Amino acid sequence: MGLFEAILLSIVTASTPLLLAASGELITERAGVLNLGVEGMMLIGAVCGFAGAWATGSTAIGALCGIAAGVALSALFAAAAIGLAINQVAAGLAVTILGTGLAGLIGAPFVGENITAAPHLWLPWLTDIPLIGKLLFGQDALVYLSIGLIAAIAYVLARTRTGLILRAVGDDPASAHALGYNVAAIRTRAVLFGGGCAGLAGAYLTLAYTPFYAPGMTAGRGWIALALVVFASWRPGRLVAGAILFGAVSILQLHAQAIGLGVPSQLMSALPYLATVLVLVLISRVRRGGSVAPAALGTAFVPER
Amino acid sequence: MSLVLERRSERSVAIALLSPLLAITLTLLTLTIVFVALGKNPAAALAVYFITPLTDGYSLQEIAVKASPLIMIAVGLALCYRANAWNIGAEGQLLIGAIAGSGLAVMTHGTNPGPWLMPAMLLVGALAGAAYALIPALCKVRFGASEILISLMLVYVAGLLLDYLVRGPWRDPAGFNFPTTAEFDPAATLPLLIAGSRVHAGLILTMIAVVAAAVLLGRTLKGFEIRVVGTAPRAARFAGFNADRLVLTTFAISGALAGLAGIIEVAGPIGRLQPDISPGYGFTAIIVAFLGRLNPLGILASGLFLALTFIGGEQAQIALKLPQDMTGVIQGILLFYVLACDSLILYRIRWRSPQRKALHGPL
Repeated sequence: MGLFEAILLSIVTASTPLLLAASGELITERAGVLNLGVEGMMLIGAVCGFAGAWATGSTAIGALCGIAAGVALSALFAAAAIGLAINQVAAGLAVTILGTGLAGLIGAPFVGENITAAPHLWLPWLTDIPLIGKLLFGQDALVYLSIGLIAAIAYVLARTRTGLILRAVGDDPASAHALGYNVAAIRTRAVLFGGGCAGLAGAYLTLAYTPFYAPGMTAGRGWIALALVVFASWRPGRLVAGAILFGAVSILQLHAQAIGLGVPSQLMSALPYLATVLVLVLISRVRRGGSVAPAALGTAFVPER
Repeated sequence: MSLVLERRSERSVAIALLSPLLAITLTLLTLTIVFVALGKNPAAALAVYFITPLTDGYSLQEIAVKASPLIMIAVGLALCYRANAWNIGAEGQLLIGAIAGSGLAVMTHGTNPGPWLMPAMLLVGALAGAAYALIPALCKVRFGASEILISLMLVYVAGLLLDYLVRGPWRDPAGFNFPTTAEFDPAATLPLLIAGSRVHAGLILTMIAVVAAAVLLGRTLKGFEIRVVGTAPRAARFAGFNADRLVLTTFAISGALAGLAGIIEVAGPIGRLQPDISPGYGFTAIIVAFLGRLNPLGILASGLFLALTFIGGEQAQIALKLPQDMTGVIQGILLFYVLACDSLILYRIRWRSPQRKALHGPL
């Protein structure tokens, strides 16, 4: 396997958790809810995913545990931000603080333990094609799942009644309510979906990215996923491009460190975060004047009467 | 039957006063369940966290030492949040303040520079924190970029810069390869308030910050502006208040206070720059600000309470073999309850039976 092929493969692996978490947050935000708890939900997903796989030896069960943990934590967020109409920014931060603490608590016994990484697909002939074989036909199941998920999201948002209702709730909850839709219930479902995706994204880190658990192993990926949604202007297609771009930045900085450019390794490690800042500024600058964010994003909706 | 929120015709004063106490009570009840689930005696565990630290002089001093940065940072954050500006990156501003101030200490190491050094370090720390906070604020004002995400990304950048400096150019050559700077000279160290204790002069600066913020918010036009922009943005526009400038101002103030807290930590209790200088003060301060109801005097009380959980957490590591992360769990639960109880000031919760089916009209 050539270096170039290895880099391409690792970019896909690095992009997948970002894509999963950002896909969930995209749906959440399209429903008008800003959930800043992604980092916390990913962390709890990472540790619960690891625990599930460690106890059962099954990647699939691990992934389900990660999803369940993300859903559970996002239910707490939904109860606060939707049920009690608490400021979404503050409630999201509470989720991240709580999730970080809980993950540390649950994960303490697992530090230093190992599991077998999620198996990679292998198809005779196809996977053996040089360069593109492993890239297209040799990934783990979760990579294909994440691609299927974002494709489904794109379809549902643009082409189905469910997508229309979801967007209506995010753009104009008062009208959606007046039409008889239960805004709180729809937003709650969107938040739970987002939580499940974030949990799975975290689980991907421990199940496929690295087959071990380390404290704080999300390293800000949850926040980068949030930035990705802004970068994508809340559109699924651009989300894929953004995830690959950010995955590439984080992988290329590793390779640049390995080559030894004479640049401090910490500067290289800071690149994904600096890139995020730069991208946020550039995107916002381009869009200045006409925001494409869901109109009611971040605002609580409490029906009168 | 479902639970629905109903807007109160006026804010409930009774709940506003009771809310923090209610939140703390609910937190204690929840923790009881958590401790039982962890197989610990809940009464004993709660005592370790919330009572034992109050029983000896040393722990009380430690509470004051830990509360000082929390209160100082939270006071600044409260100004921000009141103006609807979301500075979430105080942890990064703290680190940058510590780095910049320490720069002076490192450069003057062993030269006996005189009494100007300490004030200069504090000033440089505060200015650096303010400058660092102005990056997300400017990005928001100029380009409409999310100040939340940018201020957060800069936390990671600041952490890596600190790591680089203490492992690279600023590492103590006589330090056996440990990643720290040399211990600061006496001239670069904050004086102690009580000889032989750890209670340092930074406490006085914290108290000044609390009083100054209380006066600013309660008694000045700027404070009025902050409150109006935060609670009634439309009215603020009609009044000619410039919301953008207020974002810059409140970010600069909160960054300066976080930076100041950072340099006080390294020049006070720690005494040198090292990779870990803060147990997440910048993030915990967010909880302190909300628990204190975004009010400087309330923050004074809530900062002491959150410091108690840090000290309790340290003791629980030894006495109960509970990991330090338990402190984060406690703080997260507390923040949830604080926010939930505050919601009851504006709304009451009602049971409603589903009499009317949702109409499926034109859609």
